[in-house]
Amino acid sequence: MVTSLRRIFKAGFVGFWRNAYVSLASIFVITVALFVIGSTMLIDQLLGASLAQLQAKVDINVYFVPSAPQEEIDTLINSVKALPDVERVTYTSRDDALAEYRAKNQNDSVAMQALDELRENPLGATIAVQAKETSQYENINRYLEEQKNPIIDEINYTKNKESIGKLSSIIGAVEQASFVALMVLIMASVLITFNTIRLAIFTAKEEISVMRLVGASNMYIRGPFMLQGVMYGVVSGVIALAILYPIVLWLGPKTAEFFEINIFDYFVNNFAYIFLVLVGIGVTLGLVSSVLAITRYLRV
Amino acid sequence: MIYFDNVSKLYNGGRSAAIEEVTFQIDPKEFVSIVGHSGAGKSTLLKMIIAEDRPTSGQVFFESLDIHKIPRTRLPHYRRKIGTVFQDFKLLPHKTAYENIAFAMEANGRTDEEIAENVPQALALVDLSDKAWNFPGELSGGEKQRVAIARAIVNQPDIIIADEPTGNLDPIATYEVVQILRKINDLGTTVVMTTHNKGVIDELGRRVITMDGGRIMRDDQNGKYVL
Repeated sequence: MVTSLRRIFKAGFVGFWRNAYVSLASIFVITVALFVIGSTMLIDQLLGASLAQLQAKVDINVYFVPSAPQEEIDTLINSVKALPDVERVTYTSRDDALAEYRAKNQNDSVAMQALDELRENPLGATIAVQAKETSQYENINRYLEEQKNPIIDEINYTKNKESIGKLSSIIGAVEQASFVALMVLIMASVLITFNTIRLAIFTAKEEISVMRLVGASNMYIRGPFMLQGVMYGVVSGVIALAILYPIVLWLGPKTAEFFEINIFDYFVNNFAYIFLVLVGIGVTLGLVSSVLAITRYLRV
Repeated sequence: MIYFDNVSKLYNGGRSAAIEEVTFQIDPKEFVSIVGHSGAGKSTLLKMIIAEDRPTSGQVFFESLDIHKIPRTRLPHYRRKIGTVFQDFKLLPHKTAYENIAFAMEANGRTDEEIAENVPQALALVDLSDKAWNFPGELSGGEKQRVAIARAIVNQPDIIIADEPTGNLDPIATYEVVQILRKINDLGTTVVMTTHNKGVIDELGRRVITMDGGRIMRDDQNGKYVL
């Protein structure tokens, strides 16, 4: 048993090197497939992150009239905070609002002049309300409107809602399209891998027929080819990761700017997971292709 | 040892027959030659013995075992009782003579010690000890066939099946190969051989089964080549 296993392993390794050309072709095909799968995983991560961010940006802004008394504002804030759907309420006081406005328009001399001319701060306080789930905004919005509180100047929920809904649907469509593309590519690579390994086994047809003649068991004949399939998968997985590494290293800062998530950090932090997924898929691909192909030549 | 019981092999839905109603018996330690024109059914008989081909009707027995009722998973085990030699040698080109023979033992799950002991013995028996590390491409046809015979006998089979073993060989190599087969038979192994070679048959003076059109025409204990 141990002797057989040792021989199967030896034959597998020898076959791997001896059919270097076929091994190379198989590895190349599986590597391409794994690279596509890995890229899709990362792109999916970026899209998911930006969707989450967009959702975080959804909020309800409540503008108070400038003359609103502080106690009434506080009462309203507390009542909103008490709602079960509310995650967070951010308060911006009149002074803060003014300071913000000044900072934003410091180069606009006309606006500054106008502001100076007004002795009083024309801006009201605001609060930004964030819900725990996107779907809960409707309720919060309704609650605020039903108050008919005179200190509320404006609630701007409906304005934000539309643009955010549009963005969400675009991201959803992109995710769906990438999933379909991924499936097509995986299917193509399974077929190509299967054919390449079948070619590898075809070149060993003679050897297989001799093995059968001398009474080698099916497992003894199959073993080395299955091992080769596994090796193709492992090597391809490692190569695919090695190709992805410099790409994400280069893309990292760019994605950090655009998507506010550094894809390189994600790659490094989830390396074990990505490694297992890619190598696992590669091994499965190689093994299944080998078993399918060898079965054709073992019919008695 | 081998018993064919009314065996037929039909093709094209029964319109043509490779062999028809063949019944004969091979006893242990016999040396049987099967002769006949191409298409007479000689190779089909041999293929049935190694379970490469199955009969349309009738049964083939190895001792008390119905060969074509052996489950697929047990076939490798059965085939280890049989050594096979072919006209085209079927040696692995990337392995040396020694490795080709050792390969047959490895596939049978024999230990490294047994291999180290038996392969040189088999090579000595076919008189090729000095060519052990040559590749098939470096050997003559006769030498290749002797390697194939060494491979066939190294697992000490009960029977050697030789399908036209001298078909590709010159007269001297043919003589050597037949002498080796005779030596193996003298050591106690049954040999079944198909051949076209009149000289080989007449020289051997052993049992000859003559086939024509899928039927056995003659079966002589001290046969001559008659067609």
